[in-house]
Amino acid sequence: MPGWVNFVVAGLLTGAVYGLMALGLSVIFGVVRVVNFAHGEMMMLAMYGVILLQRWAGFDPLVSAPVVAAALFALGYALQRGLLNRFISRPEHEQFILMLGVAALLTSSMLMVFGPDAASIDTSYALDSYALGSLILDKVRVFAASGAILCMALLWAFFRLSRTGKAIRACADNPVGAAVAGLDVNRFYATAFGIGAACVAAAGTFLLLLVDVQPYLGADYTLLSFVIVIIGGLGSMPGALLGGVLVGVSEGLAAYFVAPSLKSLFSYGLLILVLLVRPQGLMGRRA
Amino acid sequence: MSALLELAGVSKRFRGLLAVDGVSFVIPQGAIVGLIGPNGAGKTTIFNLIAGVYRPDGGRIVFEGRDIGGLRPNVLCHAGIARTFQIARPFGALSVLENAMVGAFRANASTDAARIRAREVLERLGLAEKANVPAHGLTLPERRRLEVARALATEPKLLLLDEAMAGLRPIEVDAMVATLAALARESGLTILLTEHVMRAVMALSHHIVVVHHGQKICVGTPEHVAADARVIECYFGRSTH
Amino acid sequence: MNRRQGLALALAGALLVAAPVFVGPYLLSVLIVFLVAAYLGQCWNIMMGFAGQLSIGHALYYGLGAYTAAALFAHFGTLPWLGVILGMAVAALVAASIAALSFRFAVTGVYFALLTIAFNEFTRILFEHFEWVGGTAGLFLHVAQINATDLVHLRGSPGMFYYLLLALSAGALWLSRALLRRRIGFYWLAIREDEPAAAALGIDTFWMKLAAVTLSGALTALGGGIVAFYDNNLYPDTIFATSRSVEIITAPIIGGMGTLFGPIVGAFLLTTMGEAMTDFGAEFGVPGLKQWLYGGALVAIVLLQPAGVWPWVRDRLGLGEGLR
Repeated sequence: MPGWVNFVVAGLLTGAVYGLMALGLSVIFGVVRVVNFAHGEMMMLAMYGVILLQRWAGFDPLVSAPVVAAALFALGYALQRGLLNRFISRPEHEQFILMLGVAALLTSSMLMVFGPDAASIDTSYALDSYALGSLILDKVRVFAASGAILCMALLWAFFRLSRTGKAIRACADNPVGAAVAGLDVNRFYATAFGIGAACVAAAGTFLLLLVDVQPYLGADYTLLSFVIVIIGGLGSMPGALLGGVLVGVSEGLAAYFVAPSLKSLFSYGLLILVLLVRPQGLMGRRA
Repeated sequence: MSALLELAGVSKRFRGLLAVDGVSFVIPQGAIVGLIGPNGAGKTTIFNLIAGVYRPDGGRIVFEGRDIGGLRPNVLCHAGIARTFQIARPFGALSVLENAMVGAFRANASTDAARIRAREVLERLGLAEKANVPAHGLTLPERRRLEVARALATEPKLLLLDEAMAGLRPIEVDAMVATLAALARESGLTILLTEHVMRAVMALSHHIVVVHHGQKICVGTPEHVAADARVIECYFGRSTH
Repeated sequence: MNRRQGLALALAGALLVAAPVFVGPYLLSVLIVFLVAAYLGQCWNIMMGFAGQLSIGHALYYGLGAYTAAALFAHFGTLPWLGVILGMAVAALVAASIAALSFRFAVTGVYFALLTIAFNEFTRILFEHFEWVGGTAGLFLHVAQINATDLVHLRGSPGMFYYLLLALSAGALWLSRALLRRRIGFYWLAIREDEPAAAALGIDTFWMKLAAVTLSGALTALGGGIVAFYDNNLYPDTIFATSRSVEIITAPIIGGMGTLFGPIVGAFLLTTMGEAMTDFGAEFGVPGLKQWLYGGALVAIVLLQPAGVWPWVRDRLGLGEGLR
């Protein structure tokens, strides 16, 4: 079996986690129309939360996932309800600047509390792998991807089947109409933001199985989330997964054929191309 | 009078909906022409076709003998067509004078010349005292007058007014009508206005074009149009007895 | 400009000109940081404050200017000023290309901002692998006699760079004012306020926006080129860093976008407080205080006083006349 196959499969699995992370942004950007420049930083916050839970309570990350997700849901809800709400009718750039500021605050706060060194979690299965023929799959990657896919499935069901989910979609499609129909649009926006934050928290938990966290991690992943959301298409859940997987695989291929440090180059190149040629992304609707 | 603007068989389709269906009419030099019709009749689309917002799917729009269909708004402005917007769009952070100057720069490269021209139009539209007020602080009638002033500052040959009377009280409508009539009289400006406020259209227009369901159904003087059976029917419906 | 304004400006100017005589080396270096921030902020202000095009990737132009001048000097001994001018040309070309592509394809607002970040990051990664300019190991300029003041070769004491940057900032101020009084300035403000309305008044918005982006990029590169000869070392991950892009825009946002003095006031506030924070942090072993301050300032300003500090100060001190 050619050497790159393992890299591609690893990329596929990592891509699922990226997809969940991007999904959070898709909900936030697509529904509430907030350009969340603090997306990666929120994820970083959750990752540190997982680390603390392991240090203090010995929780395995997979157990911590729902806990940090809930915590970040609350944070996201409060942020939207308390702060971002006021920016709906304000000029677009004021909202970006706010989130840029929030991102800087989060990064520096974590730097102050945890210091600049990377932190990682210990799991009993960190070095194990499954073997499928000549294919080698890291256990951590399989768990991370499985968790991510499970979360995405739950989310899909939520938006399709639950009342709140449908209400949120209504608010996203037509806020004025939704308000006229009696929906408390602000509350649903806050819920949507909370859900997006919870997604990114879960994604961060799974990502922690694969990489270490440090305070400056946020910026790269914020950008990556935007890349995926734009490539996959705003407002499209399958698009986020597709985009995530595409990026994961391209990273894997780049790492194998070129150099690991160049992996992001392809993602940015793809973003530039998509923004210019097909801004609705691969699966999005034309805005 | 020669034709300044002529629409010949103009049509526009939006994904299967024929919004404008083979409309033809002429705007003579120096005339004030009203374009009216019930909501959804297509008059705004016609307006936007002339103003360069849309490209016609069929027919021709000829201005001073030149086909202008599909040209961009800024090119049209240089050709001599200026427009106002239905919802006034002042440059909020700029003063009233600066707003007018933006328009005046179209035909005047130097700041001093633009300022002089701007002051002239503000005077004309009764906004001279408000020259240094930030535009976001104006009342609705003042905003409408600023819209007109700014468009006028570009030194157009044809002025397109998009529901310039909307939201004005009758006394304000009369004032605007008087200003526009004087303007046309004194400078020979040609005006096309789309309107719902009948009071203004009847008072101002030399003749009126009525559209309904994307088609022209009547053309004539205000009196002629007001008495026309088809026009009455499209606004009030057919009487059944 | 009225008498009060003229007086205030003259006073500030006199203080800045006299400063190197009275302050020690540390404070001088802080003032240099202030001037660089003030200058770069003014360059960005032209694009965003005047023409309303949000770029969060300005480190790209800074880096292109710095690397072009530095690499040419290091490898070929190219005269620094020539290198700086070439750097400006490179940046202008890149800026114009990005602008032309974006505006041609109607990429605006947040998508345009994302595009600027993407180009910025793309270039950073390229330079990290660009061995000719040192890659991640960095590019180092031979620091010769720093006691001799050689303006021609951009070799000299910090004092020389101070006055050079002061002149640059003053030049940018003069240029901004000149642009705002002319048609192009009015047209940019119109585009910023309402692009479709501007187009209806005969403004060719594509070329106007392109001009703003190109000018802004070229001027930023000028700053980058000059500072390269002051720092004498360049690393892609600091020069092209997104955090640098954010730093560049923080000062004008805090001070007041679209105003003449906003970027300068903002730069002054942030530099002084930033340095204080860094010292305080170093003393108590608390890292990241400066970034915390920057983030907090951005949040506070956008919540409480989006127009910036300068308009507020201007009104209080009665220095205001006109809207900018």
